[in-house]
Amino acid sequence: MAKVTQLIHNYLRHTKKFPHVFCPGCGHGIVLGSLIRSVHAQGIPKDDIVLVAGIGCSGRIPVYVDFNTVHTTHGRALTFATGIKLANPKLKVIVIMGDGDAMSIGGNHLMHSARRNIGLTALVLNNHIYGMTGGQSSSTTPFGCYSTTTPFGQMEKEFDIAEITKACGANFVARATVMQANLMDRLISTALINPGFNLVEVITPCHTQFGRKNKYKTTVDMYKWLKKNATPIEKYVDMPPEKKKEVVSTGVFSHKDCAGLEERYAQMRQNLNGGAA
Amino acid sequence: MAKKKGQTIVKIYQDWCKGCGICVTFCPSGVLRFNNQGKAEVAHEEECINCGFCEVHCPDFAILVQPKNETGSRKNQTESMKVPASAEDSMNPSNEEIS
Amino acid sequence: MANKTKKKKQTEIFALGNEAVVEGALLAGCDFFAGYPITPSTEIAEEMARRLPCLERGVFIQMEDEIASLGAVIGASLAGRKAMTATSGPGFSLMQEHIGYACITETPLVLVNVMRAGPSTGMPTSPAQADVQQARWGTHGDHPIVVLSAGDVQECLEMTVTAFNFAEKYRTPVILLLDEVTAHTREKITIPDPEGLYIYSRLLPSMPPEWYMPFEDNMRGVSAMPPLGSGYRYHVTGLTHDDHGYPTSKPKEVESFINRLFRKIDQFFYDIQIVDEIQCGDADTCIIAYGCVGRSAELAVQMARERGEKVGLLKLKTLFPFPRPVVEKMLRQCSSVLVPEMNMGQISREVKRVNNGLSKVNTLNRIDGQIITPGEILKKLLKG
Repeated sequence: MAKVTQLIHNYLRHTKKFPHVFCPGCGHGIVLGSLIRSVHAQGIPKDDIVLVAGIGCSGRIPVYVDFNTVHTTHGRALTFATGIKLANPKLKVIVIMGDGDAMSIGGNHLMHSARRNIGLTALVLNNHIYGMTGGQSSSTTPFGCYSTTTPFGQMEKEFDIAEITKACGANFVARATVMQANLMDRLISTALINPGFNLVEVITPCHTQFGRKNKYKTTVDMYKWLKKNATPIEKYVDMPPEKKKEVVSTGVFSHKDCAGLEERYAQMRQNLNGGAA
Repeated sequence: MAKKKGQTIVKIYQDWCKGCGICVTFCPSGVLRFNNQGKAEVAHEEECINCGFCEVHCPDFAILVQPKNETGSRKNQTESMKVPASAEDSMNPSNEEIS
Repeated sequence: MANKTKKKKQTEIFALGNEAVVEGALLAGCDFFAGYPITPSTEIAEEMARRLPCLERGVFIQMEDEIASLGAVIGASLAGRKAMTATSGPGFSLMQEHIGYACITETPLVLVNVMRAGPSTGMPTSPAQADVQQARWGTHGDHPIVVLSAGDVQECLEMTVTAFNFAEKYRTPVILLLDEVTAHTREKITIPDPEGLYIYSRLLPSMPPEWYMPFEDNMRGVSAMPPLGSGYRYHVTGLTHDDHGYPTSKPKEVESFINRLFRKIDQFFYDIQIVDEIQCGDADTCIIAYGCVGRSAELAVQMARERGEKVGLLKLKTLFPFPRPVVEKMLRQCSSVLVPEMNMGQISREVKRVNNGLSKVNTLNRIDGQIITPGEILKKLLKG
C-alpha cells in the first residue's frame, strides 16, 4: 500500500497548481487517483492514453494528469473520443464525464456510443447535480431532492445511468461509489482492458451544491451515507422494491467481450482490400 | 497485509490537505485528527494498522502511508514528492541537497 | 513523351458537384469522414462510405447527429488525420458549437455546407446562398475563419483541395460553401494528376517533447501539430489557453492568444484570397458574384459585351476573409457595381462596407428557391 500516493504524484502535471480546484471532500479526486492506479496497474504508457473530458467539474480533471488530454464541449466528449479511437485504434481513449454531461446534454451520444460498442472507457462521475454552475438539478437528481432549480423538490424521476447503458448494449457496465476505492480500481482496470464500450459509473458526493441543500450537514455525512447504503448488485436484486429506493447498487451490471467497432471496421477494411488485390 | 500496529509511518502534506475530514472520520484506529488550522494531522501514528484506506480515499493525494522498514529511502522519496519539476524527475531522485 | 504519359494520368469523369468534392478530398489526402445524412449534401457521405473503407487507413462513420459528426472529425484531426464532414443548413446550425471549438483549439478540418433555402427546414431541395454570414459569424465569440465557395463542378474539386491546404497550413477550420444547384449539377470534369498537385500537410514538431509548445506565439502564428499519442503530451481545451495549452484568464495572455488567432489568417491574406477577374480590365460596370450565380453572371457579362457594354465580373472564391483589396479596386474603377445573390444581401453588405461612397452598389436578390438567370442579371445591368 505504501507507494500509492507516490505513484499518483508521478502521473500528475507538476506545472499545474496543486491542490486541485475541487472543493474539500469532492470525490472527483478519489476517482482520479483510482484511474491513475488502474492505468499504472495495467502498465499502459502515458503516451498511449488520451483522456477526453466534457464540461463541468469532471472536465477539470484532465488538466492535472500527464496524459494526452482533451477538454471538449459540454456533453460531446464521447463524439471526440469516437473520432480519436477510429482515427488511431492503438490509443486507449478514456472519457470522463459528469452526470449532466453524460446523461442530460450528451444522453444521445452515450446511447449511441454504447450501441456502436466503440472501444472506449467511459467514466461517469455522478454527483446528482450541476456543481460548477451552482447546483441546478440534473437528469440524475433523485426524485424529491432540492436544488437551485428545484427549490420545492425535484418532480421528475431520475435516470439510472448504468441500467440505461446496459440496455443500449455496452460491453461492460459497472457502478461503484467513491467510498469503495478498491472496488473502483478493479472496475476501472477491467474497463480499461475490455474491448468495446465500457462504462463505470461512480457515485461521488457533491456536498457544496447537493449535500447542503439536502440535509447533509457535512461532507463526511454524505460519505457515511454512501458507506452505509452501497449494496452489491447480487444482494440488491433480491431486495424488496421499497428498500431498493434507499440504497445504491454497486458492482458489475454487464460484462461481455464483443469486438469493438474499430476492430470490426479494421476487419471490413481488410476484407475489402484483400478482395480487391 | 499484516494488521500489526505501529509498522508504518503516516505523513500528511499539509499544503495539499483541504481538511475535508474523510481520513479523520473513517480511520479505523483513530490515527488522525484535525489540527487547529482545520487540516488533518497525525496524532497516534503507533495505532496505524496499515489498511491504506486514508491513502486511496484522500481526494487531494495528500496522505502517505509507508512501512517503517523502508526508512533508508524514505526521506528522499517523501521530500522529492513535494515539487518535482516533472513526472520523470520524481522517478529518479537527484536531490543531493536533502541527504 | 514524358508529357504524354503525364497527360494520361489526368482522367475525365462525369460527376455531380458532390462527387467532385469527394474526388478533391481524396486527392488532398482526406482519410476520415464523419457525417449525418441531410439533403442536398448526402451524396458526399454516400460516396465517402463507398470509397474510404477501400483505402488503407480510410474511415467513414455515420454519427447520430451533426454535432457528433463534427466532434468526431475534430477528434480524428487531433489524432493526425485529414478529416472532413458535409452538411446543409439545419445541420450547419447544429455544427456551430464545434466550429467554435475547432477555431479555439486550432484544429484543421474541412466542412462542406451545401446551402439550401431556409430558415429552418425551409426548402430542402432548392438552392440558396443564405448561409454566408452564418458561416462567418455563426459560432459565438470573436473568431477568424476561412470561407470558400465553388460555382461549378470542376471548382468543387479544386476548392476542396484548396480548403484542405488552407486548413492544414493555418490550423483552422475551413468552410466550403456550395449551393444545391452546384452540388447537384452533373458535368464533365478533369481529375488532375495527383503528382502535379500542390498538397500541404500540417507541420509536425521536430523539437524534443519537453520543448514543444502546442500554441506557441511564433512568427507564422501557427505552431506544429503532433498527432495524439506521438509522444508529445499536451492539453487541448476549449477554454482560452496559454502557449502550453493550459487554461488561462489572465488578460494579457488572453489578448495575445486571440490576437494571434486573427493574425495567422490576416498575415497570409494574399495567399488565402482567391478571386477570378473576368474582363475586369476595361470594365465600367462590375458584377460581384459567387457560387452558381457567378456562373450566370459569366454569361450575362458575355451578353452585355456583345451589346457593347463594358461589363466585368469579379467571381469570389474566397468569401472570408473578405477579399477587400480587389473589391475596392473595382469599386474605384467602376461607376456602378451589381451584386446578384440568392439571399437578401449578405455579400452585398460586405461590398457596401468596403464601398464607403466610392461607387454605386446595386443588388439583385432572389429568395424564392430559384437560381438567378443571366437574363435577369443583364436586365438589371441595363436598367442601371
